[in-house]
Amino acid sequence: MIKKPTRDGYGEALLILGESNPDVVVLDADLAMSTRTNWFRDKYPERFFDIGIAEQDMLGTAAGLAMGGKIPFATTYGVFIAGRAWDQIRTTICYANLNVKIGGMHGGISVGADGATHQALEEIALMRVIPNMKMIVPCDAIEGRKATLAAAEIPGPVYLRFAREATPIFTKEEDEWQFGKANLLRAGTDVTIIGCGPILYEALLAADQMAQEGISCRVLNMHTIKPIDTEAIVAAAEETGAIVTVEEHQVNAGLGGAVAEVLVKNKPVPVEMVGIMDTFGESGNPDELAIKYGLTHRDIMTAVRRVLNRK
Amino acid sequence: MRADLQELKALCKEVRRDIVKMTAAAGSGHPGGSLSSVELLVGLYFAKMRHDPQRPDWADRDRFILSKGHVAPVLYSVLARAGYFPVEELLTLRKLGSRLQGHPSMLSLPGIDNSSGSLGQGLSQANGLALAARLNKQDYRVYCLLGDGELQEGQVWEAVMTAAHYKLSSVCAIVDYNNLQIDGPVEEVIGLHPLADKWQAFNWHVISIDGHDLEQVLAAYDEAENVKDKPSVIIAKTIKGKGVSFMENVAGWHGRAPNQEELAKALAELAN
Repeated sequence: MIKKPTRDGYGEALLILGESNPDVVVLDADLAMSTRTNWFRDKYPERFFDIGIAEQDMLGTAAGLAMGGKIPFATTYGVFIAGRAWDQIRTTICYANLNVKIGGMHGGISVGADGATHQALEEIALMRVIPNMKMIVPCDAIEGRKATLAAAEIPGPVYLRFAREATPIFTKEEDEWQFGKANLLRAGTDVTIIGCGPILYEALLAADQMAQEGISCRVLNMHTIKPIDTEAIVAAAEETGAIVTVEEHQVNAGLGGAVAEVLVKNKPVPVEMVGIMDTFGESGNPDELAIKYGLTHRDIMTAVRRVLNRK
Repeated sequence: MRADLQELKALCKEVRRDIVKMTAAAGSGHPGGSLSSVELLVGLYFAKMRHDPQRPDWADRDRFILSKGHVAPVLYSVLARAGYFPVEELLTLRKLGSRLQGHPSMLSLPGIDNSSGSLGQGLSQANGLALAARLNKQDYRVYCLLGDGELQEGQVWEAVMTAAHYKLSSVCAIVDYNNLQIDGPVEEVIGLHPLADKWQAFNWHVISIDGHDLEQVLAAYDEAENVKDKPSVIIAKTIKGKGVSFMENVAGWHGRAPNQEELAKALAELAN
């Protein structure tokens, strides 16, 4: 199993865009090595702007660059960008529907040892509530690259959420990828696991193990959080009758919340949610944290059994 | 499009009349800071900036970034008087369905270069525009109007550092230094003194003027344009509510509209 951080996909895509699109510019807030924007910086220094430790200014500067016809990718850790600069994203960027792309790194508790202050667990909630914003959570480095390339072509603001740790690559280069359209990772009939981000690998492990117990799990990669693929969610509810959502993020107002909103309006079925349960994280290694906070394939299997009992 | 001084002065009165009429018609709004910025904006739009009301999206136009979005009335009046949209539309300010939102929306009205309303965010945008111009090899200038109370926002000083660091000489910040904010005199709320020294220490070229003296205003814009190695700031000493005796230097007129009686009195004072 090849492992690579999804943020590498961002860095690779920026290099491709640097070559293919002269209007692409990149901004960072003193974390260029960690966010992989240093790859772009080293090759296209005249189109790279380090704004220093000033995230709000970085978002405003990106807005100005977009007003001037550029396609800025503003980049730093998710907590500092989606949290600290939320008003700049809302009022300066989204209200004016400016063509600003946001790369939010270190999403999820798997950031590990840095602890709660650096573990972004709220960006899905914070971003999807803002009108005009679009949001993608890639599940592996390949999807990270595809999503970043796609974001450059999508008009208006787009938030991309990446993770720090090297995680399994389980999609293929040749897999079709379309913004706003969920990808079917496993066909199944008894229950549907809907997930986003690298934790989808745990969902696949869970589906494989449930298959040995004779339970058929559909697994959907809901890489686009907004606009969410309502059609795929409703079809999953109609065809499998039960849903488990899986995310490395607060389930409240996160993917779990987003899927539940679609279901209650269209096709109410039992839902179980796997994710962070209204708590902050803590320091620890990623594997220990995944166990403690209930984010492993075993937790997903438990949720599947629970939801099947409610069917 | 440099008009002569007498014409500009007459225009300033016209704009002041618009401001009190608009806010009175709306029943709310921000006359105080609008009135203090009149000469600064009239000077820009009628004597300094490269712009064309027939082509609001002209890529090479000079930009005006309003950071203190609550003084939308003065900007709307100046844009209408310049020909961006009908003057009659001014009286729709703040009404349902109007293009003249309570705080400016760049998607709603031609001539508006940025959306604002949450303070402290404009100078960063001005910097971004200046960086874009540099990359695109365009020579437009970027003007950014800030309130003095607004300088209490931390993001302003982040942007002040960024502009100096990248030597954005096409950026000209303008501080409407009327020394009043909602809760009282700026120096009593969170003081800015010594303001010119602060900007200077951040490596800006500082020009201090009387912001109601049109000759000084225009000279300051010219001086700023000739500084090629750093951004410039014009610290314009002004009077909040300028031109209407009972509004001058009264913090309460920051965000309250005149009633009909007050409007009549204001218009009488502002008659030609």
